[in-house]
Amino acid sequence: MPKDGGIGASSKRREDVRFLTGNGNYTDDINMRGQAYVHFLRSDIAHGTLTSVDTSAAAAMPGVIQIFTGDDFAEIGGMPCGWQVTDKHGEAMQEPKHPVLAHGKVRHVGEPIAAVVADTLEQARDAAEAIEVEIAELPAVVNMKDAVKDGAPKVHDDLTSNLCYDWGFVEENKAAVDGAFEKAAHVTTLELVNNRLVANPMEPRVAIGDYNRSDGEHTLYTTSQNPHVIRLLMGAFVLGIPEHKLRVVSPDVGGGFGTKIFHYQEEAFCTFAAKAINRPVKWTSTRSEAFMSDAHGRDHVTKIQMALDADNNFTALRTDTYANMGAYLSTFAPSVPTWLHGTLMAGNYKTPLIYVNVKAVFTNTVPVDAYRGAGRPEATFQLERLVDKCAHELGVDPIALRRQNFITEFPYATPVAVEYDTGDYVATMDKLEEMSDIAGFEARRKESEAKGKLRGFGVNCYIEACGIAPSNLVGQLGARAGLYESATVRVNATGGLVVMTGSHSHGQGHETSFAQVVAEMIGIDENMIEIVHGDTSKVPMGMGTYGSRSIAVGGSAMVRATEKIIAKAKKIASHLLEASEGDIELKDGAFSVAGTDKSVAWGDVTLAAYVPHNYPLDDIEPGLEETAFYDPSNFTYPSGAYACEVELDPETGVVTIERFSAADDFGNIINPMIVTGQVHGGLAQGIGQALLENCAYDEDGQLLSASYMDYAMPRASDLPFYDVDHSCQTPCTHNPLGVKGCGEAGAIGSPPAVVNAVLDAMRSGGSKVEHIDMPVTPSRVWAAMNG
Amino acid sequence: MYNFDVEQPTTLADAVQALSRDEAQPLSGGQTLIPTLKARLAAPSVLVSLSGIDEMKGVCSDDAGRVCIGAATTHATVAREVADLYPALAGLAARIGDPAVRNRGTIGGSVANNDPSACYPAAVLASGATVVTNKREIAADDYFQGMFETALKEGEIVTEVKFPVPEAAHYEKILQPASRFPLVAVFVAKFPDGVRVAVTGASNNGVFRWSDAEAALGGDFSAQAVADLKIDSADMISDLHGTAEYRAHLVGVMTKRAVAAIA
Ligand SMILES: Cc1cc2nc3c(=O)[nH]c(=O)nc-3n(C[C@H](O)[C@H](O)[C@H](O)COP(=O)(O)OP(=O)(O)OC[C@H]3O[C@@H](n4cnc5c(N)ncnc54)[C@H](O)[C@@H]3O)c2cc1C
Repeated sequence: MPKDGGIGASSKRREDVRFLTGNGNYTDDINMRGQAYVHFLRSDIAHGTLTSVDTSAAAAMPGVIQIFTGDDFAEIGGMPCGWQVTDKHGEAMQEPKHPVLAHGKVRHVGEPIAAVVADTLEQARDAAEAIEVEIAELPAVVNMKDAVKDGAPKVHDDLTSNLCYDWGFVEENKAAVDGAFEKAAHVTTLELVNNRLVANPMEPRVAIGDYNRSDGEHTLYTTSQNPHVIRLLMGAFVLGIPEHKLRVVSPDVGGGFGTKIFHYQEEAFCTFAAKAINRPVKWTSTRSEAFMSDAHGRDHVTKIQMALDADNNFTALRTDTYANMGAYLSTFAPSVPTWLHGTLMAGNYKTPLIYVNVKAVFTNTVPVDAYRGAGRPEATFQLERLVDKCAHELGVDPIALRRQNFITEFPYATPVAVEYDTGDYVATMDKLEEMSDIAGFEARRKESEAKGKLRGFGVNCYIEACGIAPSNLVGQLGARAGLYESATVRVNATGGLVVMTGSHSHGQGHETSFAQVVAEMIGIDENMIEIVHGDTSKVPMGMGTYGSRSIAVGGSAMVRATEKIIAKAKKIASHLLEASEGDIELKDGAFSVAGTDKSVAWGDVTLAAYVPHNYPLDDIEPGLEETAFYDPSNFTYPSGAYACEVELDPETGVVTIERFSAADDFGNIINPMIVTGQVHGGLAQGIGQALLENCAYDEDGQLLSASYMDYAMPRASDLPFYDVDHSCQTPCTHNPLGVKGCGEAGAIGSPPAVVNAVLDAMRSGGSKVEHIDMPVTPSRVWAAMNG
Repeated sequence: MYNFDVEQPTTLADAVQALSRDEAQPLSGGQTLIPTLKARLAAPSVLVSLSGIDEMKGVCSDDAGRVCIGAATTHATVAREVADLYPALAGLAARIGDPAVRNRGTIGGSVANNDPSACYPAAVLASGATVVTNKREIAADDYFQGMFETALKEGEIVTEVKFPVPEAAHYEKILQPASRFPLVAVFVAKFPDGVRVAVTGASNNGVFRWSDAEAALGGDFSAQAVADLKIDSADMISDLHGTAEYRAHLVGVMTKRAVAAIA
C-alpha cells in the first residue's frame, strides 16, 4: 500500500496549486512604487577596444533618468569568482577583472556597455539607440585550441595568455598512468566535443533594486537559486554593503538549471542604481538577452584513452580536456571542469590509475559555468562513450565489459580522490536489462528494418557526486565559500510549524517533500508545516540549491533542527506528564509515557511552550524554535544505468527515440512522484543535448543560435514515454535521511546512451562510423553515413 | 517596439486608403510582423490591420473549379474548410507551426512575406495558383521572385489566392528542429496536363520549381522515376541545421516520398 503522507508518499506538489492557477509570485510580478526601468546596451561585437561611449544625445531623450557606463563602475569591485583552482605547477589560476559594465574593451557579444535608466522601458530602449559607441574591432578568439597558441590575440591584455589554468589530477599519478599505457594489451582512444548549451529556464532572469533612505537598507529581488550567496558576493565583493543592510529576495523562480546560481552584473547594477537615482530600478531579461548573458554550459573538447589488459580489465585512463570559460570567470566556472569533473572520471569502474588534464581557456564568448549536472555530464559522456568504443573495438558485449569492470565493494576509494560510500551497480544494470527488454530487441530491429529504418540500442552507466559538499574539503580545493546548509524550525503555539530552509526551490517541489520529512518525524499532518525559503530576512543563512544538494544537505539540516525541537518538546512533555524524560515516546503526534496509557498531544506541548504556566522554567526557556547547520562529511553518490533505443531513417538521417529506460539508485526516497518528475526533466535535457541543442558561434564570435529559431529545445513530441525506476536503493551512510539526491541524474546519465544507440543503428546499416558529435542532428547523421 | 498607429479598416477600399499613408504597413495575423516589431527590426508609422475585413476572409470555389481563399483567412480555417476541396493544401495548413500560429497566421501574410522556408509558397507555386491583389492578378510563376521578394508593389495588398485543384497532390516536409519550419519541403501536384513540383526551405533564392523532376514525372508518375534524380547543391542554403549537400539530397527524398504518397 502506498503511504498517504510522510516519507515515501507521493504527496501532490502543494506549490503547483499556485503555479497552475496563475498565482505564483515571480520576480517580474513584483512592481515597486515609482520604479524605473533599465535597458542594457550590449555589445554586438565579440572583441574590441571601446574607444568612446557618447551618451550626451541619449541623456536628453524623454524619460531618461540617468545613463551609466563602465566609468561609473571603475572604482567598484568586479564580479567575484567563488572558486580558485590551483594549476599543475601549484600556481593560482589567472583571474581577470570582470567589470559590471564593460570598461576599456568588450569581450563577448552581449556584454553590457551602458545602462539606460528611464521612466519606461520603451524610453530606455529608445535612448539606448541614441548612444554612440565606437569600438575598434579586434580579432576574436573563439576556438579553444587556437586561443592557447603562441601569438593568439588575448582576451585579457593583462593576463599572460588565454590559459586560465592547466590542471593535472592527480599530477603525482601521471607517470604511473603513462607507464600502464605502455604495458597495455589494448588502448582505445576517442576524441569528442561536449556541446555548448544554453540553459533556457522558462522564466528569464529579473532583478529589481530598491533602496530605503530611512534605514539605509538595500533590497534586491532576483531570480536566484541562492539569495544568501548573492547577498554575500554582491555585498562584500562588488558594492561593499554589509549583510545587515542588504536583503536579497528570490521569490518563486521558474527554473534555474544552474544558470541562476551565479551573481550577475544586472543584479549589482540594479542594487547600485536604485540608490544612485533614489528609485527602485527593474530589469527583466528578454529571451534574446538571455541567450547572450545567461552563463552557458558544457563546452569541452576532450581526448580520452583507456588502457586494458589482455583480459579486458581497465588498467588506466587518461584524459586531455579543453574547457571553455568564455570571456570572464562566472561565479563557479573554474570548479566545473576540475573538481566536479576530474573527480568523477572513475565512473562505475575500478580502473586503478587515472590522470585527468584540463586546460581552461578564455575566449570571446559568453561565460560558461554550471548547467544541470555541471562537470559530471561531461565526465560521464566521455567515459561511457569510450567504454562503448572499447567494447566495439574488442568485439565484446558493451554491457558485459561494463559489468566486468564494475566496482563491487563499498566503500570504495577512487584514484581521483573521492570515496563512494554505497552503490550497487550490478543491481541497477540487472534492473535496466529487465526494463529495456533486451531480449526483444532483435525482433524490434527486424520490424524497423521492414519499414526501411535502422534500429539501435545503447546503454551507459553513470555515477555522480551530489550533496555538495564538505566545507573543509572544498576549502582545500579552492572554494571561497562553505557548502553547509541551515534550517530553522519555528513551532507556533497552536502546533503548526514554519521551516525556514536555506535551500531554494525553483521547480523541485521542496515545499512538499521537505514538509513530508518533518511530518514523518513528528507524526503530524503535512499541512501543518509551512516551508519558507528565498528571503535573507526570513532564513538565517543558506548556500542554496544546485548540485542535487537540497534534500541531502538542506534536508539534513532540517532533520537536525527538528530533532532539537523534539528533544525540547519531550522535556516539556515529561514535565506535563510528570514522568522522566527518558520514558517519553513521540508517536503519531502525541507524547506518551512508555508502558502506560498516559499521553499528551503535540498541540498541548507546543501551547505549553508559549503559555508556560505549568512549565519547567528552571530547566528550559519558553518557546519552541531551533536552528541547525549541517555540513556533510562526504558527497553522496547516486548512480544508475540507462538504455536508449532509437530508430533512424537512413535516407534523411532523422533519429527518433523509441524507448528510454532509466534505473537509478538515489538511496532513500522521500516522494517517489517528485523523484520521477525530476528524472523526466533531466532526461529531457539530456536528450535535448544529445539530439537537438547546440549553442554555436561563428569565427567572429557572433552567436549563431541566438533565438529559438535556431536553438532547438526538446519538445514533448521529441521524447518517448520514459520507463523510470528507482527501486534499487543503497542508502547514503553519512546523512540522517540516507538520501543521495536526484535532480541532475537524468541530464548526466542520458546523452551517452542516446549517442551509443545512434551509432549502433548506423553500424547496423553498414556504416563504419566510430563517433558522432552531439547534437546528433539529421544533417550530421546523414553526412556521417554518406561521408 | 517603436510607437506606431493602428488602423482597423472594415473594407478593402479603406485599407488601400490607409496604406497610402507614409510608412504604412499591412498587418495580417502578425505571426511574422509582431516578432519583427518587438525586435525593433521594423519601424512602420502605421499598421493597417486586415483582420477586420470580411471580404478578404473565407473559402469558396469559383466557376473554373478553383479553390479561392481570402488573404486574411487563417491557417486553421484553411485546414478545416479546404479539407474536402483540396486535401493536400488543407494538410499543409494543418501542419504550419502550432495551434496559436495557425489561429492567427494567414495565407495572405505568408504569401506576401515569402519566407524561403514557408509552407504556403510551395503549394501556391506547385498548384499554379493565381495571387490576386487589389490591383491585378499575378500568376504564381511570376509572383515569387527570391528570398522575401515578390512581385508586390508598395502599398499593394494580396486579397485572395486562387488554386486550381490537381488530380492528386501531396506535401512532404522534414522539419528544421529548432524553428519547426520546413528544413526542406516539396509540394507535388499532378494535373491532367503535367506535373508541377515546388520546393521550399532549400534554396537561397526561395521557393522554386524543380523542372527535372517535373519532366521525369510527366513521363512516368512514379517514385521510381525520381529515385535517382539529383539536384545541384550550388544554390542551396547551408546553415547550422544542414549543409547545402544535405538539403539537395533532401529535395530528392522529399520529392520521391511525395510522389509515393500519391502514386
Ligand atoms: C512559432 C511560429 C512557427 C511558424 N511555423 C511556420 C511553418 O511551419 N510554416 C510556415 O509556412 N510558416 C510558419 N510560421 C509563419 C506563419 O505561418 C505566419 O503566419 C506567416 O508567415 C505570416 O502570416 P501572418 O498572417 O502572420 O502575417 P503578418 O505577420 O501579419 O505579416 C507578414 C508580412 O506580410 C505583410 N502582409 C500581411 N498580409 C498582407 C497582405 N494581405 N498583402 C500584402 N502584405 C501583407 C505584412 O506587412 C508583413 O510584412 C510560423 C510562425 C511562428 C511565429
